[in-house]
Amino acid sequence: MLLLDCPWCGPRSEEEFACGGEGHIARPLNSENMDDAAWGDYVFMRSNHKGVYFERWRHGLGCGRWFNIARSTISHEILAIYHVGDAKPELPE
Amino acid sequence: MRAQINRLAQGGRIDRSEHLNFRFDGEAMRGHPGDTLASALLANGVQLIGRSFKYHRPRGLMAAGGEEPNGLVRLRTGGRAEPNVRATEVALYDGLVAESQNRWPSLRFDLGAVNDRLSPLFPAGFYYKTFMWPGNMWPAYEAVIRRMAGLGRAATAADPDRYEKQYAHCDVLVVGGGPAGLAAARMAGRTGARVILADEGAEFGGALLGNDQEIDGAPGMDWVGAMAAELANSDNVRLLPRTTVAGYYDHNALTMLERVADHGPAPEPHQPRQRLWQVRAKQVVLATGALERPLVLANNDRPGVMLAGAVRGYVNRHAVRPGRRAVVFTNNDSAYGTALDLAKAGIDVAALVDLRAETPLGWVAALDDAGIEIMAGRVVSAVEGRRAVEAVRVGKLNDTGTGLVGGLGRRLDCDLLCLSGGWTPSLHLLSQSGAKLLWDEGLGCFLPGRAQQAVRVAGAANGAFSLGDCLALGAEAGNRAANDAGHRRRGRGPRHAMAGEEPALTPPLPIWKIPGDDAGKAFVDFQSDVTAADLELAAREGYRSIEHVKRYTTTGMGTDQGRTSNINALGIVARALDVPIPQVGHTMFRPPFSPVTFGALAGRRIGPLLDPVRRTPMHGWHQDNGAAFELVGQWHRPYYFPRAGEDKDQAVDREVLAARTSVAIMDATTLGKIDIQGADAAEFLNRIYINGWKGLAVSGCRYGLMLGEDGMVFDDGVTARLGPEHFHMTTTTGGAAHVLDWLESWCQTEWPELQVYCTSSTEQWAVAAICGPMARPLLAELAPDWDLSAEAFPHMTWQDGAVAGLAARVFRIGFTGELSFEINVPAGHGMALWNALMTAGQKYAITPFGTEAMHVLRAEVGFIMVGQETDGTVSPQDLGLGRMVSGKKDFLGKRSLSRAHSLRTDRPQLVGLLPQDTNLRLPEGAQLIGGADPSPPQLAMGHVTSSYRSPNLGRTFALALLHGGHERHGETIYVAFDGQAVRAEVTAPRFLDPGARAK
Ligand SMILES: [Zn+2]
Repeated sequence: MLLLDCPWCGPRSEEEFACGGEGHIARPLNSENMDDAAWGDYVFMRSNHKGVYFERWRHGLGCGRWFNIARSTISHEILAIYHVGDAKPELPE
Repeated sequence: MRAQINRLAQGGRIDRSEHLNFRFDGEAMRGHPGDTLASALLANGVQLIGRSFKYHRPRGLMAAGGEEPNGLVRLRTGGRAEPNVRATEVALYDGLVAESQNRWPSLRFDLGAVNDRLSPLFPAGFYYKTFMWPGNMWPAYEAVIRRMAGLGRAATAADPDRYEKQYAHCDVLVVGGGPAGLAAARMAGRTGARVILADEGAEFGGALLGNDQEIDGAPGMDWVGAMAAELANSDNVRLLPRTTVAGYYDHNALTMLERVADHGPAPEPHQPRQRLWQVRAKQVVLATGALERPLVLANNDRPGVMLAGAVRGYVNRHAVRPGRRAVVFTNNDSAYGTALDLAKAGIDVAALVDLRAETPLGWVAALDDAGIEIMAGRVVSAVEGRRAVEAVRVGKLNDTGTGLVGGLGRRLDCDLLCLSGGWTPSLHLLSQSGAKLLWDEGLGCFLPGRAQQAVRVAGAANGAFSLGDCLALGAEAGNRAANDAGHRRRGRGPRHAMAGEEPALTPPLPIWKIPGDDAGKAFVDFQSDVTAADLELAAREGYRSIEHVKRYTTTGMGTDQGRTSNINALGIVARALDVPIPQVGHTMFRPPFSPVTFGALAGRRIGPLLDPVRRTPMHGWHQDNGAAFELVGQWHRPYYFPRAGEDKDQAVDREVLAARTSVAIMDATTLGKIDIQGADAAEFLNRIYINGWKGLAVSGCRYGLMLGEDGMVFDDGVTARLGPEHFHMTTTTGGAAHVLDWLESWCQTEWPELQVYCTSSTEQWAVAAICGPMARPLLAELAPDWDLSAEAFPHMTWQDGAVAGLAARVFRIGFTGELSFEINVPAGHGMALWNALMTAGQKYAITPFGTEAMHVLRAEVGFIMVGQETDGTVSPQDLGLGRMVSGKKDFLGKRSLSRAHSLRTDRPQLVGLLPQDTNLRLPEGAQLIGGADPSPPQLAMGHVTSSYRSPNLGRTFALALLHGGHERHGETIYVAFDGQAVRAEVTAPRFLDPGARAK
């Protein structure tokens, strides 16, 4: 049960949040020019790797806001919490 | 009444002045306050307490706490009955009723014991080997095996008691109230930190409850009492006895089960039976102690074979004599104390057998004084007696520890064999927290590895086996935990408690399988009935990892999570593979540490409180008028309104006919509504829906489809333009919350530049939908100022005004194909609107209809139902709605519609089906096939999505997804169900045209 520090509400239990999967996946603006494989990659493929993972969460049962976090998928340590639209933070590997 | 023949005349933490009556397997017995069910049974001379899981061997108590593998009973009766309760953890109360388990017809005479003789049938992995052929007989085998080899029966009556949940936060959670835990809680408490101390038992003290060690020159329990009193008087400390910490999750979230009222026959009226705590702790101190292991030798499961530490506890704490003549067999020092305490209590100790040649000097003199013979370098090689221990043989161990010198050896009469195979730090919770465990060769056990969370381990759990170390290291752990949680002590701390003098430790000697009587089964896991031979067989068959051995042999998979067996199993497997123990690895421990009842997990969320209930403002009217309800999401929606004597079909037929011939009314309040405002609202809808929105006039309404980025339909509904920058979106009843989340996610994350605000307004509005040829005159009567003509108020528009004197917004939209008005009023006026419509509608025989009639009506005219015709794999083209797709703009999911897979012409496509038998209602979900013979194998060609009877058509009909269906109208296909295949004609998915009526 993670403890997430919502940028608007402060630390709250995971139960109040919903995970929106991998972050920093921009929606392509030129999709009509993309081939099927490239579009399929955007829609379906996620890195799902072991290590530091950048992902989107929403405080659904709180303020309703989306934000980004960096989480270790091994230890579940939260390494950073930052606003939507901010660049990925620099993290020591 | 049975006599307490094994109750000692003095000593113990029991109250002899009070008698508690209880029954075990129907027999009346008595005990005292301070007894557990286990100690009371021993006091009454009950040695046989259950039959083992697989072989149905007679079993007695082996332990005194949560590690007990044998003593599982069914406690209480009726709805309060609970199976698989450890007798060692049940506090005795007056009127207690318990039954033995896993025996038939009786505990003394059990037919299942034949399994013991047939044991070649039950080798390691017997599930996988013996009963695999012929495969179709497996259900029969399984039924027999389950009946013969099972644990207890669950109660079948409803549980009358309450269970509660509680959330808590603290600075320091201390798990375990023995000397280390008490010292830790005290030091942490002195800093002002918020401390919770939880212990499984009713009384704090841990190991001190069962021995006579001294602290500060006085009995250890005096110190425990003083500590408990000090902590109880500290406002910042919460003491939770009878509370098991069951789970250790991420970010120091732990669950605890508090047994609030399990120590009585029934909870007091104000009490729950149990309370499930969810704790978030800044720091955790695990002072969970260590568990003693038995030695693995032939017939080590006979009633009368017990753990040495448990025997010591029964004698000292409960004043019980577990036997009259004891043999103590050990590989370490701790059992010497048991031998001494037995002698002190007047119990004959035939010998202490130590498999080490070198005996601990600090203890030898004391045993000599007590007249106890020490047999060093020797082993108990055989146990005699079937239902109880009658004697043991003591043989001489050879130099390598692998065999005997000179046979099984000397025979010693005894009825109690106390075993100590060393101590296993209880690190289940630490393992759950993510930490690795490291093997310590010197201590012969696993110790904590590097912590992954904010946790410390103190006391015997950390390999500190002397009382002095437990006190000192416990205090240090408590202090540091509080410091790390931001609390520091001001001024001098309390004086450290000092333990009395303790003999120096002589290292234990691990010999994992004691050589001796080869004919007897040597048990490792008593609860799962796994023997040393089973483990050796698994090793011979090629299993190398302990995780695989565990699954193959089932060792460690019982409700005790292998508390007494894991290390012995590891040692035996490592020896069989001839590798060091760390190479075999240890199994991961997973929550819960101890079984948690479903009652506690469910808490108050049962029955009507299981899920929130949503009702419309008109719900009372529906109830008063006999509606049958169905759950849609959390909404209770009228399903149909049966009149006296009508069944469901008759009621639905009547409702459907009324909607097409006169006027019918439906409560449409539950439709999701989202208010969308902002300068970019139209642009936003353009991106969300597949069709265009910028050209929609204010006062206009439009039907829209939403897709996921995969191009598949996930919701639909009509959205109205209330102003240039203001829209009123409707969604499906079940999809409303998901759609709002969807809109929000795009607004917030992908298009923050758009000025758009989305607000749920579902519950702000009550909606009555009226439809049918008489809908217009009915509304005209209640809205006399309005021009309701088709020209002034055309289809797919909306108007504001007064209806029945109420401020209303009316949409000329519908879901039945008939002339329809959806009248929205503020929720508080819903009932008034409904009553006005029902009263004015009497002259047209206005008919309320429910969801089933609505389904029939919409299917007749070919309107899809999201979730019925769609399942997340259906595109707009599949539904025949490809013409809605705008070519002028991008929208969510658009690119997916032109993926090669989306363009295939053999995709499942929406069609109508008319079964040849016009009375047959095809089952929804039934598969479509090509021929009249349904026997497999078959090419599946799609399935029925909706199926109804239509009183308008005078026959049944269905909607279906059929591979390539758009090009197959007029063909014949077959629908397979219940072993038959029935013929049906493929048609367009539209069966009826209301024509001019709808204008
Ligand atoms: Zn928040």
